[in-house]
Amino acid sequence: MKALMFGWEFPPHILGGLGTASYGLTKGMWECGDMDITFVIPKPWGDEDRSFAHIIGASQVPVCWRDVNYDYVESRIGKVMNPELYFKLRDHIYADFNYMRTNDLGCIEFSGRYPDNLLEEINNYSIMAGVVARTLDFDIIHSHDWLTYPAGIHAKQVSGKPLVIHVHATDYDRSRGNVNPTVFSIERDGMLNADHIITVSNLTRQTVIEKYGIDPNKVTTVHNAVVPLSEELLNVEVRKPKEKVVTFLGRITMQKGPEYFVEAAAKVLKNNHNVRFVMAGSGDMMDKMISLAAERGISDRFHFPGFQKGKQVYEMLKASDVYIMPSVSEPFGISPLEAMQMGVPSIISKQSGCAEILNNVIKTDYWDIDAMADAINSICSYPAMYETLREDGLAEVAQITWDKAGKKVIDIYNKVLGKA
Amino acid sequence: MKAICFNFEIHQPMRLKRYTFFDIGNDHYYYDDFLNEDIISRIAERSYIPAAKTLLKMIQDNKGKFRCSISITGTAIEQFEQYVPEFIDLLRELAATGKCEFTAMPYANSLAALTDPDEWQAQIQVHAEKLKALFNVTPKVLRNTELIYCDELAPQILAMGYKGVMTEGAKHILGWKSPNYVYSAASAPKLKIMLRNSKLSEDIAARFNDHSWPEFPLTADKYIDWIAQTPEEEQVVNLWMNLETFGGMQPAETGIFQFLEALPRFAQEKGIEFWTPSEVCSKIKPIDSLVVMHPISCIDEARDTSAWLGNKLQNEAFNKLYSVAERVRICDDRRLKQDYWYLQGADNLYYMSTKHFADGAAHSMFSPYETPFQAFTNYMNVLSDFIVRVEEQYPSTIENEELNALLTTIRNQGREIETLNKEVESMRRSEEQYNIEHALREPKKEEAPKEEAKAEKAPKAEDAPKEKKKPGPKPKAKAEAPAEPAEKPARKKPGPKPKAKVE
Repeated sequence: MKALMFGWEFPPHILGGLGTASYGLTKGMWECGDMDITFVIPKPWGDEDRSFAHIIGASQVPVCWRDVNYDYVESRIGKVMNPELYFKLRDHIYADFNYMRTNDLGCIEFSGRYPDNLLEEINNYSIMAGVVARTLDFDIIHSHDWLTYPAGIHAKQVSGKPLVIHVHATDYDRSRGNVNPTVFSIERDGMLNADHIITVSNLTRQTVIEKYGIDPNKVTTVHNAVVPLSEELLNVEVRKPKEKVVTFLGRITMQKGPEYFVEAAAKVLKNNHNVRFVMAGSGDMMDKMISLAAERGISDRFHFPGFQKGKQVYEMLKASDVYIMPSVSEPFGISPLEAMQMGVPSIISKQSGCAEILNNVIKTDYWDIDAMADAINSICSYPAMYETLREDGLAEVAQITWDKAGKKVIDIYNKVLGKA
Repeated sequence: MKAICFNFEIHQPMRLKRYTFFDIGNDHYYYDDFLNEDIISRIAERSYIPAAKTLLKMIQDNKGKFRCSISITGTAIEQFEQYVPEFIDLLRELAATGKCEFTAMPYANSLAALTDPDEWQAQIQVHAEKLKALFNVTPKVLRNTELIYCDELAPQILAMGYKGVMTEGAKHILGWKSPNYVYSAASAPKLKIMLRNSKLSEDIAARFNDHSWPEFPLTADKYIDWIAQTPEEEQVVNLWMNLETFGGMQPAETGIFQFLEALPRFAQEKGIEFWTPSEVCSKIKPIDSLVVMHPISCIDEARDTSAWLGNKLQNEAFNKLYSVAERVRICDDRRLKQDYWYLQGADNLYYMSTKHFADGAAHSMFSPYETPFQAFTNYMNVLSDFIVRVEEQYPSTIENEELNALLTTIRNQGREIETLNKEVESMRRSEEQYNIEHALREPKKEEAPKEEAKAEKAPKAEDAPKEKKKPGPKPKAKAEAPAEPAEKPARKKPGPKPKAKVE
C-alpha cells in the first residue's frame, strides 16, 4: 500500500512531540511490512533517517516552471532530493504561481518552524501539496496535525484518494478552552473533509467529537508509543547533586500547567529540604514562573536551566529522581514515557492522554497540588516506591512499541479503502 | 457418617484516611471514621444481620441438629460495638445457643504469624479474652488470618492450647489428597489440621449467582447431593466462607438466604450432620500427616502469601511495620498499641498489590484507593508518623536489648520489692502475734491496744519500703541493695524514669 503523508516536523530537527510521533509511527508502519510511505516535510536538512520512507522537502517542490539543467539542480538540492524527482514534479505544475515569492528553482521556501506568518506557510504548503499529489502515485493520504490539514484536503481534491487525518493536538488543549477561531476553522475543516480521523488518546477523541461536532464513527484512537533508546543515551554520564531531583521538562506554557508544579514544590519544601526542583524548557510563562518561585521563597531550590535539546534531555532525565508532567490538557504526552525509559518514576496528571495506557506511574489531578506534593515526597522518601515504579515502569514502557500503533493505523487504512 | 463443618468469617479493616506527608508529626489520628461507619453499617444491614438471623433461625428450627462456627476479628468487633451494637447482641444470642462455635483469630487480622511469634501470640490471646468477655466462650480451634498456615506455626499453636487449626485445602500442598479429612501437623503431630474444601465453598461464595456457570442455578438438594456423593470414607466437608457471602457478594434477591436455610432439611434426608470445628477435631482421627513447608492462604490464585507480600512496596511496608514490633511491646501507651494493631491489618498490604487480571480485579474491588501506589504512599505516611511516636516513647539511641534489659531490671525490682514487702508484713504480723501472745501470757492490758493499732497501719504502707523500721536489719538491706541500680539508668534517661516509679 502506498501512503502519502504530510507532516511538519521530523527528527532530528524537532521542536516538540509531533516530530517524534510522526517518525515513530512511520517507522512502526514500515516494520509491519508492505508499506510504501512518502513523507512530505517543509524543510529537510539532509540528515533525516530515510531508510523506511521517501522524504520529500516542500522547499524543493517547484510550483513555478524554471529552466534549469540537471547539474544545477544536483548542485543546489542534490543533498536532499533526487534531481529526477525535481523534474518529474516540475512536469506537474498546475497553475501560474509566479506572483508568489519563489526561488531560482521555482520553489517556495519554508522555515519548517512555527513563525509569525504561520498561516501563510500553511497556505503555501497546501499549494505545494497540489504538485506532489499530481505527480506521485498513492492509495491514501495521511495528514499529521492541523498545519497539514489544508494540504491533505487539497491532495484529496486533486487525486480523489481518501484522506486520514491524525489529530496530535487540538486548539482546545493549547489554549485551555479559548480557541483561536482561525485555527479552529482549519481544524474543523480538516475533520469534516477527512474520511477517517485518528486521535492520540480517548481524551482527544472526546474533544473532537464534542467540541468539533464530528461523527464518533469516523474517529478512532491510536495511542502513541516510544522508540527504544540507544545504549548511548541510556548510559549518558551525568553528575548528580546529592539531593533528590524533581524534573519538569517541556514548554513552559499554560497547557503544561507549570504553576501547579511550582506550588507543589513549595509544599514539598515546607517539610522536606532534601529536594531540588528543575523546570527545564522555555515558553511564554517562564518569566511568570520565575517570579512565582521567588514569591514562594523557594528560588534557592527551584532551577530554570532553559531549553534542553538532544542529548541534554537525557542527561537531565538521568540526573532526576522524579519526572513530573502536570499538564492541564495533554493530548498524549510522550515525555513521561521517555522518562520511564530512562528509569525515572513519573507523576502525570489524569488529564493527559498517556494516563490512559500507563499503570506504573502516579496519576493525580493537575490542580491537586497536595496529592502531587505527597507523591513527590513518597517517591523521594520511600525507596521501595522508587524501585517499584522504576523497574515496573521500565518493563511497562518496553511493551509500548510503535509497530503495534502502526498495525492499528494500517487497519484503519484498509477499512477506509474498503479492503477489510 | 458424613458431616458439614460451616465457618463464617467476619472481618472489616480500619481503613485509613487520606494522610499526606504534611500530616506526619502533626496529626496522630489515622482512620477514616466516616468511610468505616458507612461500609460496616451498609454491609451489616444488607448481609451480616440477616445472615446471623438466618443462622439463629436454623439452629432453633433444627433443634440443635444444625451447628456452625463464626470467626470474627477484633477490629470488626470494635467497629460493631461502635456502629452496629445490635449485631453484637445477635452474636451473643448465637453464642448462647451453644451450637455456634467461635474460633480463635489474631485480633487485628494481621500477618504477625509470618514474622513475629510473640506479637502473633499476644494478638490471639487478646482476641480470646475479648470473646470471653463479650460472648462468654473460649475458643478451642485457631483460624489464622486468611487461613495462613505453615509447619513452623504448628508447635506454637499447640503450645497455646489449641487442638486444631483451620487452613486452606491448597492444591499445591494436597496434590492427590482430599481436603475432606483431618490431618495432623508434620511438625506437631498432636495438632489437627482441618482443610477448607475450596471447590464446594466457592460454589456458594463465588459461583452461586454466576449465570455462565454450567451448574447454574444451584439448589440446596443438588448441592447436598454433591456432598453425599463424595467417597464414603471422606467424613467431613469444610465449607468456610465470608459471612458477607450471604446478602453481600450474593445479594438477597438471588435466593442465597433461602438456599442456606434449606440445606439442613436435605442434609438430614441424606444423613449428613453439621459439626463445629472443635467437634470435627475431637470426633475424627487424623488420616495422615501434612507437610506445609511454605505458608499457604486462601487468597488469590496462588494460594500463598503473595497477595500481601508479592512486590517490593508490600515488603518494604511489612518490614518497616514489624521493625518496631518489639519497641511497641515494650511501651505501655495504650493508644500506641491500639494503633499498632490497626496498622497491622493485612488489608493495608492487600491494597498495595500490583497483580493483574482476575486477582488484580479482586484487589482493586476491595481497595479504597485508586492505585496501589496511592495505597502505599498513604500507608507509609501513616507508618512514618507512627514510628516517630514510637521513638518518642523511648530514645532510639538505646538498643532494644539494652532497653529491654533495663526495663526488666526495673520490673524485677518492682516484683522483688513486692515480695520483700510481703515478707516484711508477714514478719511483722508474726512479731505482733508474738507480742500479743506475750501480752496474753503477761496480763498487762495497757500494751495490747497499741499493738493492734500498729497492725492496722501495716497494710496501708504496703509499697513504701521506708516503713520497715521494726523487722530488723536483714530484710532492710535486701530491699535496698537492688533498688540502687534501678535508679541509675532511670536518672540518665528521662523516658523510663516515671515508669520506674509506677512499677
